[in-house]
Amino acid sequence: MMGRTRAALAVAALPLLWLIVFFAIPFAVVLKISFAEAIVGQPPYTPLVQIAADGWHWLASLANYLLLTDDPLYISAYLNSLLVAGISTVICLLIGYPMAYAIARAPEAWRNPLLMLVILPFWTSFLIRVYAWIGILSTNGLLNHALLALGVIDEPLALMNTNFAIYLGIVYSYLPFMVLPLYATLSRMDLTLLEAAADLGCTPWAAFWRVTVPLSWPGIAAGSLLVFIPATGEFVIPDLLGGPDALMIGKVLWTEFFSNRDWPTASALATVLLVLLVGPMVILQALERRGGKA
Amino acid sequence: MTDMRSDAVDAILRIDGVTKKFRDTLAVDDVSLVIPRGAFYSLLGASGSGKTTLLRMLAGFETPDVGRVLIDGKDVTQVPPHQRPVNMMFQSYALFPHMTVADNVAFGLRQDGMAKPERDARVAEMLALVRLQSHAKRKPHQLSGGERQRVALARALAREPKLLLLDEPLAALDRKLREETQLELAALQRRLGITFIMVTHDQDEAMTMSDYLAVMDHGRVLQIGTPGEVYESPRTRHVAEFVGAANVFEGRVLRHREGHTEVRCEGVEVALMLPLLPQFSEGAAIAFAVRPEKMCVDTAPREGENAIAGELDDVAYKGDVSIIHVRLGDGRRLRVQETNVRRDAAAAQRGRRVWLRWRPEDSAVLLP
Repeated sequence: MMGRTRAALAVAALPLLWLIVFFAIPFAVVLKISFAEAIVGQPPYTPLVQIAADGWHWLASLANYLLLTDDPLYISAYLNSLLVAGISTVICLLIGYPMAYAIARAPEAWRNPLLMLVILPFWTSFLIRVYAWIGILSTNGLLNHALLALGVIDEPLALMNTNFAIYLGIVYSYLPFMVLPLYATLSRMDLTLLEAAADLGCTPWAAFWRVTVPLSWPGIAAGSLLVFIPATGEFVIPDLLGGPDALMIGKVLWTEFFSNRDWPTASALATVLLVLLVGPMVILQALERRGGKA
Repeated sequence: MTDMRSDAVDAILRIDGVTKKFRDTLAVDDVSLVIPRGAFYSLLGASGSGKTTLLRMLAGFETPDVGRVLIDGKDVTQVPPHQRPVNMMFQSYALFPHMTVADNVAFGLRQDGMAKPERDARVAEMLALVRLQSHAKRKPHQLSGGERQRVALARALAREPKLLLLDEPLAALDRKLREETQLELAALQRRLGITFIMVTHDQDEAMTMSDYLAVMDHGRVLQIGTPGEVYESPRTRHVAEFVGAANVFEGRVLRHREGHTEVRCEGVEVALMLPLLPQFSEGAAIAFAVRPEKMCVDTAPREGENAIAGELDDVAYKGDVSIIHVRLGDGRRLRVQETNVRRDAAAAQRGRRVWLRWRPEDSAVLLP
């Protein structure tokens, strides 16, 4: 019994250790910098406490956070990021649910090959795949060529550097993260429940809404989290496909860190982003618990 | 025999020449049944006998390749499950795990658009029927196996179906609970007057609960009748051996004499007597079965009864009864069941020479 308890502790300790080393400590550093002031130097921020001849000086301030609320640029970047991530999540759900459903209900022999097709894009670098979209969407790109050749359009569409391109990039990149958890819950479902629903008077459509959808809540919640959270902080896709005026918090963060070299403001931005994301996560996890009772 | 085919029966359900094929296997092979209104009717058979497929056709989950299903005179062969006046209790119960007990029971009523006050009253009534009023707010995973079974029953009965289909309703319960539930379910059926059609592989369950049973094998109905008819007059060897235990004798008719038909059987030295069977000519092949409890082990033969000499092979003492195996000259073993009415009954010794005897009229002639 003793050995088993120790083993259980070791198993629990591993993810905890992971969280401490790769999340808690880096975040503590970010949090600390967010209370400092930007300077030209190495490192490019002031210490929080200064020890001088006449004693301690507390230099920490909330100035960076106040700046964020002052400047409408930051607020609209946050809101726009949440909006883009939210809409992308909904689109992923609308496309991903039928996909996952079809795979889960496909003949047994087809399921693994179909899942492989969903995962297949991961075998190429994320960056390369996003770059590939430039080749497809640009004015002289594949899509415009094809549409012109087919006579659907008379002159090339301006697809690049638009919101459409951002949504397309995010949905394309994150769709597998929606499909996989949905597939996991849908394939586990007991199909006798649908027969029971039909027996009790449900059309297939009614049975879908009253039984299948409620029972796939854990998958919907997990998939939505996996899309929404990284999409909110997404930098590469809006940067490459969205053009210069695409206002997303990931890009603002990048600019503060690397162009303006204002680490404290960037850290404050990152901290607020985290707080904004924890909110929906708590809500979704509560939903997951509700569905998880199943 | 009860004549279940006659048009005189007030039938709630008629199954008319139904056949269903899955790939190359004939799951249901030209089955016709008439099920009287208000009966507790069992489809009894081993796995693969087609009983479950037949039940699923009644619910609408399968469509017959050939034949018709008529519920209350209406042809429902092509009617989808959700439009049939039928409800099913699933073997796995198939309770909705995301809903409370009350919501499970209300599921069908809500789908039918019943108003909330009426619906709540009906749910309360159903939960009272299965004695689960105090569990209304629980989720299925918080219930015991027996409680889940009762929720499934309440849910299936809530819409007042014309037919209640039960797929192995007691299979998931442990033995003691199963025996209690058998009687309870049969009593409930009599009280409600709803026609129950139950699929089971357990002959004991079918005998205890049913008014009528249909014994199925390889997609065909072998025999239909009351439990008593099927048990006492099995028509084929398969029925005799599937419903209870049987000693089966095969032989040829020797002669008709003194109100008896005498039969010469393989491995039996003496001629065995059956009640007079004029339809069998001399020399015709004949088979009959004798139930173990109709035989007795004795020290001497008795006038007017069949008697075979043998050696007492083993005795399985079960307290109330003993199962005795007697070995005949050719090595064949016959099974006898004796009620231990006296306390010294346990003393039967192995290896003793005994006589097995039974009355001619306790033999049931089988179809070839």
